[in-house]
Amino acid sequence: MTGRLARIARTTRILSSVAAILLIAGCTNYYEIPIETPIKPKLDVSAFQRVLVAGFIAGGTDDVDGNLETTRLLRSQLRTKSDLRVIDSDVLPLMEVANEDKGAPLEARADSPKADGKTDAGSEGKEGKSESKESKAEARGEGPQPSSPDKAPVIKDAKDLEPFEHVFADVEYWKKIGEEYQSPLIVTGTVMFTPHQRSGIVQREEEVYDSFGRRRVVPVRTYMERKGYILQPKFIFIDGRTGTVMHSENFREEVLYNANQSTPALSSYFELMDRLIPSFLSTLSSQKIKGTRVLLE
Amino acid sequence: MPIRTLTILLLLAGTSAAPLAADARSDAKKQVQFGIAVAQRGLWREAIYRWERAVQIDPKYAEALNDLAIAYEHEGDLEKARVAYEKALELEPNNTLIKQNYELFKEINDRTTRKDSQDNQNP
Repeated sequence: MTGRLARIARTTRILSSVAAILLIAGCTNYYEIPIETPIKPKLDVSAFQRVLVAGFIAGGTDDVDGNLETTRLLRSQLRTKSDLRVIDSDVLPLMEVANEDKGAPLEARADSPKADGKTDAGSEGKEGKSESKESKAEARGEGPQPSSPDKAPVIKDAKDLEPFEHVFADVEYWKKIGEEYQSPLIVTGTVMFTPHQRSGIVQREEEVYDSFGRRRVVPVRTYMERKGYILQPKFIFIDGRTGTVMHSENFREEVLYNANQSTPALSSYFELMDRLIPSFLSTLSSQKIKGTRVLLE
Repeated sequence: MPIRTLTILLLLAGTSAAPLAADARSDAKKQVQFGIAVAQRGLWREAIYRWERAVQIDPKYAEALNDLAIAYEHEGDLEKARVAYEKALELEPNNTLIKQNYELFKEINDRTTRKDSQDNQNP
């Protein structure tokens, strides 16, 4: 008896909710409309016309030079997707600067990025130009070599970064850099790109064929060994006019592959950077999120 | 006798208020329809003006508030959009279409709010 009552109550509930939906859809005229929601940039960069991606303190694996690759990638993204003019210059060897920072006079520290003695602050040429300058500087052994092949990377995990981080708070140093490059917005920070492996139960889809030969895809839970990488960048935005930190942001992305799959570290690095580039860009320029909504009469 | 008069007066008030409310809804509906027509042509500012008028005429018109919320969202005024959606849902809590719009809006709004709080944590 109770079961019957419960069944009736459940049926009534279902019918009434179906009726409510039909009533709304039937009585109300509705129109689907595409919209684009503009999201304001997190940072007001209207005071800057130029941006200097100065370089990064990078660590983790020595398969990818996090400093050079991140600098190149951000420069090229900013060039195409922001209104700021990107300054081509040598990448700052921030680890060296951080090491020197403890005793060297300011002049010596601020001069260190000028690998060839004349930093071209004004040139906004093609990316290839800056790359050639970087490689020239590297060829002379003067450019950034935080993870050069002959040197084992000093920074293996996030904890190792701490002794270097004081460089970002060095207002005088960044002010000097800002003066050299005509007061741009400076982008710098840290990049940790570390190998990672994990094992456990994974759900994956498997094709099965029944006795009639019909194909079906079913979820299968299996134990798997997987390996991949974790990317943890921290982007720091510094006002080139004052040398002070305006804003900083931490990100974390990871990717895992089957243990038997061999994926080059650099390709994993770009895969992970691809995921967080939109968030990085939304700090400096407004973004539009496309969607659809329903207008009602 | 006074009770009969009072009853008649009340009846009269009731019968005259109903058409007034119906008139308000009908006027507001015209504004809403015009707003939809212009929004479909991309004239969102004009649509906002029309839907704001509709809400002024009939503050209990949940559909007008829903449309206004969408327009505010399109203009990037997320705070105003939130208020309008919430008012619409207060008036019609079971309207699945308004709920659906609100859920989609919340996804974007929460993301930007999360960003702001993250910024505050990272000076």
